[in-house]
Amino acid sequence: MTNTAETRANAPEWSVSELSFALRRTVEDAYGHVRVRGEISGYRGPHSSGHAYFSLKDEGARLDAIIWKGTFARLKLRPEEGLEVVAIGKLTTYPGKSGYQIVIESLEFAGAGAIMAMLEERKRRLAAEGLFDPARKTLLPFLPKVIGVITSPTGAVIRDILHRLSDRFPRQVLVWPVRVQGDTSAAEVAAAIRGFNALPQGGPIPRPDVLIVARGGGSLEDLLGFSDEAVVRAAAESGIPLVSAVGHETDVTLIDFAADVRAPTPTAAAEMVVPVRADLIAAVDGLGGRLAAAPIRLLERRRGDFRALARHLPSADTLLAVPRQRLDGAGERLPRALRGNAVAHRVQFQAARARLSPSALRMRLERLAERADGLGRRLQTGLGGLVQRRGECFAALATRLSTAHATNLRAHQVQMARARERLAVLDQRAGRAVAGELRARRRRLEAVDQLLRALSYRGVLARGFALVRDAQGHAVRTAGAVAAGARLELEFADGRVGVVAGGAPAKPTPGAAAPVAPARGPEKPSQPTLFDT
Amino acid sequence: MAETSKTEAKREPKGAAGPAVATLSFEAALAELEGIVQRLEAGNVPLEESIAIYERGEALKKRCEALLGEAEARVATITRDADGRPTGTAPLDPA
Repeated sequence: MTNTAETRANAPEWSVSELSFALRRTVEDAYGHVRVRGEISGYRGPHSSGHAYFSLKDEGARLDAIIWKGTFARLKLRPEEGLEVVAIGKLTTYPGKSGYQIVIESLEFAGAGAIMAMLEERKRRLAAEGLFDPARKTLLPFLPKVIGVITSPTGAVIRDILHRLSDRFPRQVLVWPVRVQGDTSAAEVAAAIRGFNALPQGGPIPRPDVLIVARGGGSLEDLLGFSDEAVVRAAAESGIPLVSAVGHETDVTLIDFAADVRAPTPTAAAEMVVPVRADLIAAVDGLGGRLAAAPIRLLERRRGDFRALARHLPSADTLLAVPRQRLDGAGERLPRALRGNAVAHRVQFQAARARLSPSALRMRLERLAERADGLGRRLQTGLGGLVQRRGECFAALATRLSTAHATNLRAHQVQMARARERLAVLDQRAGRAVAGELRARRRRLEAVDQLLRALSYRGVLARGFALVRDAQGHAVRTAGAVAAGARLELEFADGRVGVVAGGAPAKPTPGAAAPVAPARGPEKPSQPTLFDT
Repeated sequence: MAETSKTEAKREPKGAAGPAVATLSFEAALAELEGIVQRLEAGNVPLEESIAIYERGEALKKRCEALLGEAEARVATITRDADGRPTGTAPLDPA
């Protein structure tokens, strides 16, 4: 028992916490500052607390990593999933779950290959968004008034640009000073591009017509800020044409793809944005000389054309000679022609006058009078003959008319006499026929009347029977139908009497189909007699 | 933004047939001057018109010369407020 206790006492007893914290001290002392290379794995951005948790891994192992919020903001390199990095930090343990982890203080690319791989991946992603489309490219202005330069205000780059600009064509230059290296570089460059674009036209600060983003050469990592996504997006969105001139010709940054033009060097960018002033002056002078000479030559040529045409124009005298000659000739012939015309008319007149004399006129009148007399005579004889012929014709027609009228009258009289005779005969026959028919009808009527009287109930009444009717005038056929005291009416052959039935109805007499109250009297007939009749 | 500046650049040479010479860009003025010189040299412009376009050519040449004369190199740097917004310009002194 004691032994066991001693054994226990020999081996010191730890609490879990003591052991955990002892381990922690050991680990932190031994690995207080390590550089470890691995691939970022399981990175999903900073946690909502601002800290970032992920792992570093290689083929054989995995190391939990943590970047505290304060460190994260200062990192030169943003962690990305799959990125090969060298992490610098210290190892520590996490006693709560028996784990160990690295607390990263800074991150670096694990060599150029890693940077290139990341840039390649980013370029592919932005290209897929269309940021590098040729359709987005804008032409540079031929002669910008204001040139905006985004670069460091100190250093060789701005001096090279200004120098080259003043060689070619001195212009107004606005420099937006930025840091071209370091953590904040990318954000400053992006802000400068947006800042120049935000300047209003005609504002106090002139809006540039073209932008140059420039930086001298440097290591791959130095130039990384110009491949930053924010810079690339700002360059792609720039409404002002933008020239990128970052690093040397062999250095490729992503802003080069988004810029409207990529210049291999800052100096080349200055050459691209302005033409050579001396050349332009020469060109304008040349055009000015040609402009001055052209109208003079034009006038000379027209003057020559005019002279040539003027030479070919005939003189006024020449133009008038022929018409004048014609006029003269015609003027000369005019009086002669007038006289000739008068003579010809006179000759005609005299010939006509010779033919005209009073004797000739009288002869013509006599001939006409004779013709008129002749015609008058023929008219009289012709008219007398015509009247006589028409009179004879009319008399003949009148005679024919009266003869025909008499004949017609006679024929009608004969026809009427015959008709009258036929009518008398028919009248006699009709009278006889009607009387015979009437007699026959009367005989038939009498026969029927006799039969009717024989069959009528009145015949029965005449033999002494009476017909009984009730108050409604219906015939009463049985004694049972008569109530005591009922009003009845009796009909005899000679009239009707109202009666009232008295006492109980009589026992129906066998075979009595006759009225209930037969009339009392000597004329009362017996049944057999009724049937015998 | 890029679209607007593109269409403006296109419109300029098209409208150069008549607009005020003073508003033309150097490029547009030069192009129109070249056109006028070529027409005059071809020699088939009516006389009246040749005088008119010659006068315009003179004005265009003066415009070009004036634009070429603005060769003053003014270099300034943007000054900014605490939020990084531009507030004005100051002479640049490149060290």
